Amino acid sequence: MASGGGRIAVRMSRAGSLIAVISWLAAVFVAAISLTLGEFPIAVGDVPAILAGGGTLIERDIVVGDRLPRVLTGLGVGAAFALSGAILQRIATNPLVSPDVIGINSGAALGALIVLTVMGGSGTTLVLGALIGALVTAAAILLIAYKRGLHGFRLVLVGIGVASVLTSAISYLLTRADTHEAMTAAVWLTGSLANRSTLHVAVIGVTLLVAVPAVAVLARHLQLLELGDDLARTLGTRQVHRVALVLVAVTLAAMATAAAGPIGFVALVAPQIARRLLAERHTGLAPSAAIGALLVVGADLAARILFAPMAMPVGILTAIVGAPVLLWLLARANRIGAAG
Amino acid sequence: MSTPDLPVRLTAERLSLGYAGHTVVEEVSTELPAGKITAIIGPNGCGKSTLLRGLARLLSPHSGQVLLDGRDLATIATRELAVTVGLLPQQPTAPDGITVADLIGRGRHPHQRWFRQWSSADDEAVTRALSATGLSHLADAPVDELSGGQRQRVWIALAIAQDPDVMLLDEPTTYLDLAHQLDVLGLLTDINAQLRRTIVLVLHDLNMAARYAHHLIAMRDGELIAQGPPHDIVTADIVREVFGVEATIITDPVTGSPLVLPHSRTIH
Repeated sequence: MASGGGRIAVRMSRAGSLIAVISWLAAVFVAAISLTLGEFPIAVGDVPAILAGGGTLIERDIVVGDRLPRVLTGLGVGAAFALSGAILQRIATNPLVSPDVIGINSGAALGALIVLTVMGGSGTTLVLGALIGALVTAAAILLIAYKRGLHGFRLVLVGIGVASVLTSAISYLLTRADTHEAMTAAVWLTGSLANRSTLHVAVIGVTLLVAVPAVAVLARHLQLLELGDDLARTLGTRQVHRVALVLVAVTLAAMATAAAGPIGFVALVAPQIARRLLAERHTGLAPSAAIGALLVVGADLAARILFAPMAMPVGILTAIVGAPVLLWLLARANRIGAAG
Repeated sequence: MSTPDLPVRLTAERLSLGYAGHTVVEEVSTELPAGKITAIIGPNGCGKSTLLRGLARLLSPHSGQVLLDGRDLATIATRELAVTVGLLPQQPTAPDGITVADLIGRGRHPHQRWFRQWSSADDEAVTRALSATGLSHLADAPVDELSGGQRQRVWIALAIAQDPDVMLLDEPTTYLDLAHQLDVLGLLTDINAQLRRTIVLVLHDLNMAARYAHHLIAMRDGELIAQGPPHDIVTADIVREVFGVEATIITDPVTGSPLVLPHSRTIH
């Protein structure tokens, strides 16, 4: 039936909000389950009391001191990676332009690794290393790929090339590091939520506190940028909006990598899931973030249950789930010729 | 839709445009008649699309300037320009899975703010654009499932929803079959007549240009060769000069506009 744009708009954004709310509820539920599991099991019913300051000293130490930073970091980095992916994919109008595929995560990881192994730093210097690594990588990709404007597929190809250069550099650093350092680094490089502390929670928490409002303001420009350069500009989007969006996306991926290592495929997959659940009017950023958070805490919980008592880094599980999605996207891109 | 009593005037003054180093459009001076349909014609690569991009400020002039009611285009705020001059690029791409009404709604962007994203005025504008383009029944359909002709209507509807005083269209009929070409050009004629919009379009088909435009701009090698009403521009001499084709010009028995009958052999 003929219907006004407004009714359509309202219906779509309701679907988006619904998906976001359901995914966040599911993510929090999974996180709560995660708090109860481990060498020292705790009843689900006791969790709220312990979080509120009740329970024994040991219970508080385990839940609040050990497991809570883990799930909070998981929720935060999941949302951050997914947001980053959703923004970049839409700006480039190409589902393969996500920070894990085009090497932004690897750039952040290399930056952090240089701090870790060469400079012997940790904590805030490591965060700074990751941020600088990601920004330098993004700048390099944009410079190499620029040719009378930017085109999605060029970005993908250049990004994959840059990513493999970075991977070699990371391998080189690992061969030079001593055994213990190399082991720690290798686990971190897979993406792991083990031994997270309040520092990690703070890194990703502060990042999200700054980035989410920025994204909320810029989101409507994203809707135009995905219509292509010329149309976006005639409809009032300026270069500064595009630059700001890319900066926010790169920073999100960098800080998430600093907090939990370059967990792969979340940034690639979460927006695609959101996109398929939504007939889209709005950019689907909120649902993407929620699904990203759910994916990471879910994968972490699954890794802990399936491989117990072994500690399996969450990045391995997201790779097992994400790799087939990447292959499917590649096959689809190949079929339609332009990865649109 | 605001109906300006005096439509804005878009003028180019000794305008030169190009890309990194080389000039594509050289010293073009023209005034686009307000409230009329202007067609830019000329052979491939003569700078038609580049001129259009310059008029929309997608390219900054190498030299010369574009004036909007006497003001240099370079000094106009982005938002003001977006509600004054709209451009529909040659082959725009729609995001995967987007619906017709959703895509058209994005044309409302320059009328919105980040704190007031969708208003009833936007609703009305989209509804009007849908009905003006005969797409009301397809409002909820995904754009990827439409035919080429319908898709072009959607893009024009987006431009209508944007509601600029001057609509620039880059080859809106390319890749469309004859019926859909007539359909799109008829639609633009309606928009021009009913909404009093100035329309400037790049067209390949000289006969279509002569039939639908009030004013023609003929270009070759980046230079403006001739401009004026179709009867003055579509002559054997100008067709030879611009396209390098010998032609006989007759009067279109249907519309009375000049009709080009090209001879089969090209000169030089």
